[in-house]
Amino acid sequence: MATTERDLKERAIEAKLGAGVDVQRIQDEDRDLMIVNMGPQHPSTHGVLRLVVELDGENVQKATPHIGYLHTGLEKTMESMTYYKALTITDREDYLSNLMNNLAYSLAVEKLLDVEVPPRARRLRLILNELERIASHLLWLGTHALDIGAMTLFFYTWRERDAILDMKEMLSGVRMMTSWICPGGLRGDVPEGWFHKVGKFVDIFPKKLDEYNRLISKNPIFVERLSNIGIIKAEDAIAWGMSGPSLRGSGVAWDLRKSNPYTGYDEFEFDIAVGQNGDVYDRFLVRMEELKQSHRILVQALRDVPGGPVMTSDRKVAPPPRAELDTSMESLIHHFKLFTEGYHPPIGETYAAVESGRGEKGYYIYSDGSGIPYRVKIKGPSFNNLQALPKMVEGLMIADVVAVIGSIDIVLGDIDR
Amino acid sequence: MVDFNVRLGLTPTDLELREIQTKRPAEFEALSADDSPELRLVEAQFAGKIVSSRLFRGEKTITVKKDKIVAIAKALRDDQETAYNYLSDLTCVDLLKVNKTEEEPRFEVIYNLYSLATFERLRLKAQVTEDDPTIDTVESVWPNANWNEREVFDMFGITFNNHSDLRRILMPDDWVGNPLRKDYPLGGEEVEFTYNVRGR
Repeated sequence: MATTERDLKERAIEAKLGAGVDVQRIQDEDRDLMIVNMGPQHPSTHGVLRLVVELDGENVQKATPHIGYLHTGLEKTMESMTYYKALTITDREDYLSNLMNNLAYSLAVEKLLDVEVPPRARRLRLILNELERIASHLLWLGTHALDIGAMTLFFYTWRERDAILDMKEMLSGVRMMTSWICPGGLRGDVPEGWFHKVGKFVDIFPKKLDEYNRLISKNPIFVERLSNIGIIKAEDAIAWGMSGPSLRGSGVAWDLRKSNPYTGYDEFEFDIAVGQNGDVYDRFLVRMEELKQSHRILVQALRDVPGGPVMTSDRKVAPPPRAELDTSMESLIHHFKLFTEGYHPPIGETYAAVESGRGEKGYYIYSDGSGIPYRVKIKGPSFNNLQALPKMVEGLMIADVVAVIGSIDIVLGDIDR
Repeated sequence: MVDFNVRLGLTPTDLELREIQTKRPAEFEALSADDSPELRLVEAQFAGKIVSSRLFRGEKTITVKKDKIVAIAKALRDDQETAYNYLSDLTCVDLLKVNKTEEEPRFEVIYNLYSLATFERLRLKAQVTEDDPTIDTVESVWPNANWNEREVFDMFGITFNNHSDLRRILMPDDWVGNPLRKDYPLGGEEVEFTYNVRGR
């Protein structure tokens, strides 16, 4: 049997998408479409995203994301635990911005309880969040470049990301799921030598950033590859609920750190990076600039870290120090109550959001007055960003879809929850 | 339905902690129309549709009846003063286990709105009863409601009228039940082995 031109085309697509691809053809009088199943185990889909694309030749006619492969019922699980225990679930949800999830959840619970956080805890939260943002963006940078075919950068960004994970390990003993930010403050103060480690990283980071820029940002092949694909206009991006760098790439200067400042972001100087065209390259540039701005915030924040406790002194929320348990009956009761029943927020509901690496990460908590959250809703930025994906990829070539997925920086744990 | 709680050997402390606990009372107050343009707007245009309004920790909540929800949403989006042009989140809460009166409906569909013009937030709630779990879709107002409403349909079994593509989104298509309802047991998922169903 002779090989037709179409067979060659089909083979080319299969080769491009790698193993695990199902291809089906719809052929009738007025159309000749090929349906290609990308994922859920495809390396470029950053987890378990399944995308069904309808192709006319190599042009994407329609793309339909199918999600839910990572759904583990985190909200249901959180609704059966005390507030303090439910904190550990937040780490597991968007697993690349653990401390930001912790912060969003803690802010929502603190609002319910109406507790004040000491200044040192506020500042450390901010520092940890910016470090996390850098780590998250570095992972995005490495994998985005890897998707497109620039492999080298991955090793460079991984090296710096590892340094941040080392800091988290030094702080908590855990590299990713630290749960270090908790309602009321932080679980503990930073160990000796931690600031030195962070300071050293902050010193070398601009040089590393230059290195990435030299390697890739002005590379003509890279620029050509990313320009003018995956365009979404500002009004469409807002209508589709996009947030974070993906929205700012379209020119909307909305950053929760500026618009609704939390944990002391209003004390520091930084700029919001925005794009102009809303294409993949603009979103790339926005994130590169955010790395720079995060560094700028870190430099200012590390200058004068306030002293004092890192946990609120409200004994209805924070467990008493261990030494007090031996001498004070009150403390013993508080300790026992906190770790059996947990704290009791009043009846009411709150929503708190932070700017995570991917956008607006929010927690909506409905309290029925007991020690267990009655309803927790996790607002994941990736959920809405992914929803806009079909709008961006329709009309593009199949190979560009991979670049567009990389540019919206989705985390499937955040989408499926 | 199988009694999953017994089967999984879960203890009362895990599942009934909520019932045996002492509960803290409510601390919210009524929202005043003077400092809430949203309440003024809804009161002026949709008199009689407001069920209640609350102010709690600086967060505004307006609960409305469900029949005019699309018009209310549109008004809140298009008005110059409120300009809620961004649907931050859409979800639902099942009030089955909350102390409430008989007349109060079981579900509340919650719209967490945000304005990119004023940077304000508003929580709009629509009441949905158990007998008639339907509500109109707000897709025409905020397109990103599409997936969020599918999620509410999937998790709570609330049908959105005129929705363009109402399918399950997170659970498999052939799933039975709505996991986030309060009468759906925790751990209710049967562990699946390839050949544990007879005749398969």
